[in-house]
Amino acid sequence: MAFGPYFLLASLEGLVTAAVLSLMALGLSLVFGVMRVVNVAHGEFYMLGAVVAWWVASLLGGHPAIGFLLALVISPLVVAAIAFVAERLVLSRLHYEPEATIVATIGLLYIIQQLALTFYGPEARPVQAPFNYRISLPWFGYSAYKLSVIGFSVLMMLATWLLLTRTKIGLIMRATQFDRETAQAFGIPVGRVYAGVFALGAALAAVAAVLIVPIQQAHYLMGLDPLLLSFIVVIIGGLGSLRGTVVAAVLIGLSDGIISMFFSPTLAKMLATLLVALVLVFRPQGLFGTAAR
Amino acid sequence: MSEDRILKLDRRNGLSRRTTLKGLGAAAGLIAAPGFVRYGQAQSSAPIKIGFQCHRTGIGAAYGRWYERVTAAAAKRINDAGGINGRPLEIVIEDDGTDPKRGAEVVEKFANQHKVDLVYGTLFSHVVVGSAPAAGELKIPYYVVSEGYHVASGKLNRYCVQPGITDVKAQVRSVAPWIAGNLGKKVTLVYPDYAFGHDHRDFFEPAIKAQGGEVVAKVPIPPTETSFTRYFPQIPSDTDVIYHVMVGPAVLTFVKELGEFFGSGGPQLFGFIDSLEAVDIKSPGLEFLEGSHFWEGMPRYAQPDQPDYVTAYREAVGIDENGASTGDAKDISTAAHMFGCWETLNIIKASMEACGYRGPEDRAAMIEATEAMTEMEAGPDHPQGKKLFNGKTHQVFGEQSISQVSDGKLKVVHRTSIEDGSYEPEADYTTMSF
Amino acid sequence: MKIQTNLAPSAKSLALHAGVVLLLLALNFLLPEYHRGIFARVLVLSVFAMGYNLAFGYTGLLSLGHAMFFAAGLYGAGLPIYHLGWNVWPAFGAGILAGGALALVVGFLALRTTGVAFMIVTLMFAQVFYLTTLYFTTYTRGEEGLVLPQAVRRLSLPDGPLDLSDPSTRYLVALSLFTVVLAAILFLVRAPYGRSLVAIRENEERMRMLGYDVFANKLAAVVLSGTFCAAAGAAYGVLFGYVGSGFASIQYSILPLLWVLVGGAATTLGPLIGTLFMFYVIDTASSYTTAHLLVVGLVLIGVILFFPKGIAGTVRERWLRWLP
Repeated sequence: MAFGPYFLLASLEGLVTAAVLSLMALGLSLVFGVMRVVNVAHGEFYMLGAVVAWWVASLLGGHPAIGFLLALVISPLVVAAIAFVAERLVLSRLHYEPEATIVATIGLLYIIQQLALTFYGPEARPVQAPFNYRISLPWFGYSAYKLSVIGFSVLMMLATWLLLTRTKIGLIMRATQFDRETAQAFGIPVGRVYAGVFALGAALAAVAAVLIVPIQQAHYLMGLDPLLLSFIVVIIGGLGSLRGTVVAAVLIGLSDGIISMFFSPTLAKMLATLLVALVLVFRPQGLFGTAAR
Repeated sequence: MSEDRILKLDRRNGLSRRTTLKGLGAAAGLIAAPGFVRYGQAQSSAPIKIGFQCHRTGIGAAYGRWYERVTAAAAKRINDAGGINGRPLEIVIEDDGTDPKRGAEVVEKFANQHKVDLVYGTLFSHVVVGSAPAAGELKIPYYVVSEGYHVASGKLNRYCVQPGITDVKAQVRSVAPWIAGNLGKKVTLVYPDYAFGHDHRDFFEPAIKAQGGEVVAKVPIPPTETSFTRYFPQIPSDTDVIYHVMVGPAVLTFVKELGEFFGSGGPQLFGFIDSLEAVDIKSPGLEFLEGSHFWEGMPRYAQPDQPDYVTAYREAVGIDENGASTGDAKDISTAAHMFGCWETLNIIKASMEACGYRGPEDRAAMIEATEAMTEMEAGPDHPQGKKLFNGKTHQVFGEQSISQVSDGKLKVVHRTSIEDGSYEPEADYTTMSF
Repeated sequence: MKIQTNLAPSAKSLALHAGVVLLLLALNFLLPEYHRGIFARVLVLSVFAMGYNLAFGYTGLLSLGHAMFFAAGLYGAGLPIYHLGWNVWPAFGAGILAGGALALVVGFLALRTTGVAFMIVTLMFAQVFYLTTLYFTTYTRGEEGLVLPQAVRRLSLPDGPLDLSDPSTRYLVALSLFTVVLAAILFLVRAPYGRSLVAIRENEERMRMLGYDVFANKLAAVVLSGTFCAAAGAAYGVLFGYVGSGFASIQYSILPLLWVLVGGAATTLGPLIGTLFMFYVIDTASSYTTAHLLVVGLVLIGVILFFPKGIAGTVRERWLRWLP
């Protein structure tokens, strides 16, 4: 294939990756930013989102779009509820001690994985895309659904941004993030805010999963790689910077796609990872972060 | 070690004595000569314990679940027919998490804690290779059902055997002539960039060259990858056939994206069903596979001309005509591999009976009995087909199926011969010490 | 975290550690075969955890990449044995050297960052290392790995070679390595250098103002930590005979973190306790239920609710203040 079309394809692929990744990373960034908690179970919320989506879609007959749209509503709600309960039962009792929460969320990871394995099974199962249209370009074909994922993800990011910057809930969340004790002194129920943030973070992961599941299928071990990638995205972007998270996701998505044009795939992955690591080495606060810590 | 063994024998006597005494008058049983005969029989009716190293969790869980079901069915059949040498078969299961470190620990647990007679049933190559040293050190037979080339390569030890399923080298060699003859001579390989994929690459290239074909491109995919479209431009436009072997849940994505990329045109596809084991061929997105070809170890879908013993086997392991569980049509089996469990257990039975196996002291004799095996006829014990075992490499050879997807089902279109896949032995375990 | 005031290792703490080592020695003769084998593995892996603890527990460097140091030791020792026919001694040395050198390079780059950025940079370097082991599958056999033949796993000594695949020998070799590293760590954390590491963890700025070269101190900690982890990896390879890229994957970066946190960060015996505890939780749970990960998860959460500073850490906080 000629360079031009190849480049176009690599960029499209990179953007789809970036779209899903930034949604998931946004969830992680909220939890991380507001609560200062390293949530190792974030990838499992993503997996749960996909599994619930499969479950909803498989219960319904009819046009695949109905099942998909319903999953897009139900799955984040279910996952948010589970996260809320986990936060109240476990994390709050640990007083958000950073080290203890790592162990607790690893425990949560095991529990969710086992439940998925027992009740959902070890197989990979697909959910039908709401529409199946193949865009025929002169050089190759491309899935229209994949392009719509980019669009939907942008909408979700905008909605979250509005929530954070234009509503009272957002104000409370930002206040809690800025200074927990002062917020408490002003009568903000910090405990409930934390639980809400944790649930919102999980819900965003679930949305990302519902979007990806017509492309990638639900599998009980699918959470690990996106977890690592979204951690990377959050930190590269700069903690607490929504803009940074998006830019970092696009950077990682594109560099992964474009470097793979020139090298053998594994070598390309190694180089892309190294490149991104070096960004952080020479800009420790991340792309858009203010001073470290 | 020898003390252990005595202790174990004592305990076994104790147990069986108790059970014998139940039926006999205590005094009479101990004094009368016929009582001693009974006692001797009772001693040898203690169960033969087989440790089943099972992928219950981890990446192999979809396979593990079916290996477990087939093992239970095969053990039941053996027990219903009178067991091994008149002794019942008992399967002890431990989960290895599809992890080589845990695999080695499980082998130790089987040998030292459960005191099994042998270890059996592993599928994933890295667990086999990780566990092999432990099996060799503990001198416990290790019968794997893995299709890796590790056993035949001679890199393991004399206790490791693979008698129930052909290895990847033979599989790859046996399909090459058919591909060159029917699909085309210019082949692009798409494979995972680790040992299993490299085996496909390294064994297929000479095999297709021998048929006058050539490998025009190789596309190794990193195992951490979840999306593949960006690699497809590396497939040259003059490719006749894409030979694909992907393992893991990402394969559905792979096939779907191939379909989106090429549309109705594009090269022929030849794949290894490993990719789609436990996955419904009728899954949305897999329509693109219609008309393409697959290697199958044993057909997933019931074939119209299948012999009675195959029907019986399918019924025993609980799969319907679509290769799904009889209890749940969405639960698709790993039919192309799991027959290996059935056949391996029958070979274990045959080996034990051939050497008059009594207990762990006969482990070496049992390996020698397996090494002495050659031809195995197709039948209820070997439903996949006839086999030829090579005692030197500890590896079996068999026929393979090439199937075509039509109407969302796999139809066998060609069956390769044992000779198609056979190769010169590259190792001789029989010259190694026990 | 309290900084202790007495400089010499207290008699109590010396007695405790000597007692633990003697107990472990006695266990070689007392434990049933299976558990002896497991203890040998756990001892090697707790060396890995102790190495991790030096960076994470004492110096406050949360790394998610320590699998690369363990694997550097594993491959550094395993590849020369497999491909070049080296003896165990030089191979073991090569493994340690490989890990130390890698830690020097990684530390030099990664220590430009702090906190979570350090965590992510180490994670990414480890990912690159893992992919490297796959990229060179021709030599490493990738995820499938290599078997080091039993015949070459012999430790040559003046009195003749030791067969490392013999269960008792293996146990004693693992215990020796464990003892050496435990003693080194005990000495280190009592020495002024160890105290300066803890002080860096507690307040880096103040240490800098006091004139300490914080970067050099931290770099030394990472190199030492990486070297201990590599020693564990090299020992694992020669003792158990398997070298595979699974040990370089992210799971093996998370595990030492988990072991240390469960056992107690910045405690000398925590890594051993955590490693042992996690092994037996998994082993026991899997013999009672097929859903054993569920039990493991619940136990982890239970432990951390009752022992928020890890087992040894909470014991120290509540009851035994002198515990190192």
